[in-house]
Amino acid sequence: MNSYTDKIKEISKRLLKEDKVDMVVGYRKGSVPLMHQPYIAQNEAEVDAFVWDSSCGLNLANYITDRTERIGILATGCNSRNIAVHLVEGKIKREQLYIIGIPCKAMVDRHKLAAMADGDITSVEEDEEKGTITIKGENFSETVNKADVLQENCSLCMHRNPVIYDELAAEEVPEQSTDEIDPYARVKEIEAMDPDEKWNHFDDLLSDCIRCYACRNACPLCYCPLCFVDESNPQWVGKSMDATDVRTFHFLRAYHCAGRCTDCGACVRACPVGINVRDFTKKLEKDCLELFGWEAGLSAEQRPPLDTYSPKDPEDFIK
Amino acid sequence: MKNLMEHMGIEPERLHFSWISSAESTKFVDVATKVTEAAKSLENKEKKFAKTKPKVA
Repeated sequence: MNSYTDKIKEISKRLLKEDKVDMVVGYRKGSVPLMHQPYIAQNEAEVDAFVWDSSCGLNLANYITDRTERIGILATGCNSRNIAVHLVEGKIKREQLYIIGIPCKAMVDRHKLAAMADGDITSVEEDEEKGTITIKGENFSETVNKADVLQENCSLCMHRNPVIYDELAAEEVPEQSTDEIDPYARVKEIEAMDPDEKWNHFDDLLSDCIRCYACRNACPLCYCPLCFVDESNPQWVGKSMDATDVRTFHFLRAYHCAGRCTDCGACVRACPVGINVRDFTKKLEKDCLELFGWEAGLSAEQRPPLDTYSPKDPEDFIK
Repeated sequence: MKNLMEHMGIEPERLHFSWISSAESTKFVDVATKVTEAAKSLENKEKKFAKTKPKVA
């Protein structure tokens, strides 16, 4: 994705040079393969560290809340939607931002690639023209089609182009449509289970959780100064590894994201043990669409459904 | 909320929402009876969201 990287650097340097922004938020190469780090460049020299390829999966909107500087920020479809959520929630002002829109060609799933590798992956190469990813390690080298190893949320994404931007770094990419794919197929699978099966499904899903809170820390929506899991007086949720506590954490965190989650997948990408946290959030996304006709982050003016009251709000569940 | 709880495997019989004014004593009795009956129908099922392990200090 050299074309993207070059264009991103060019725009970022121009913005810093013309003193339009104080910093640009982008990605630089991470210390481990497939995990590029969010990086804040404050001068033209630092911009040279920027990269763009299929490992830019963390959400940059996470790094702009409550800042006072003028910020340039790269934004794919989901990142731009999270920026819109921040604007609505008053976490940053629009005039502080210069949004560099990145029509997104989807990110690869590091957990899938790690599962294919015969040992530790030491290097990753991407062939943009052929659409392949080559992973290499000490004793192996494997080339796969990028389309087969996409993050699940990317393969189901309906908003690849940024919804809000000041300048695009490339031409818009074609959007997927619901005629081709059903974004909620997995949610429906779980919905079809009986209560015990559902319960066991989530028990299995969370059995590896080590309560590291990486999912929360990677999430742009989780900006509370004191998270409910960290509070000790009152202590809302136990801090132990008891399955009930683990489930309470995941369930409540997901619920805090209802109507705000853009399915960016940062939680899943950050998870060290590969839990598909999206099994919770995707259900909420589906409900918000069905109950309120709402998709998060498409407007920088409209407040999310759980934040507003309308006499038309569904209330069949209240007896 | 109810949807996500049920999505996670909580039986619909366990979770009820109702709006009852302090003046609606008969409605309260009615709802309380229905809730208890619904919950009792699950008597033989495993408890959910109940901690079974002892608390550590």
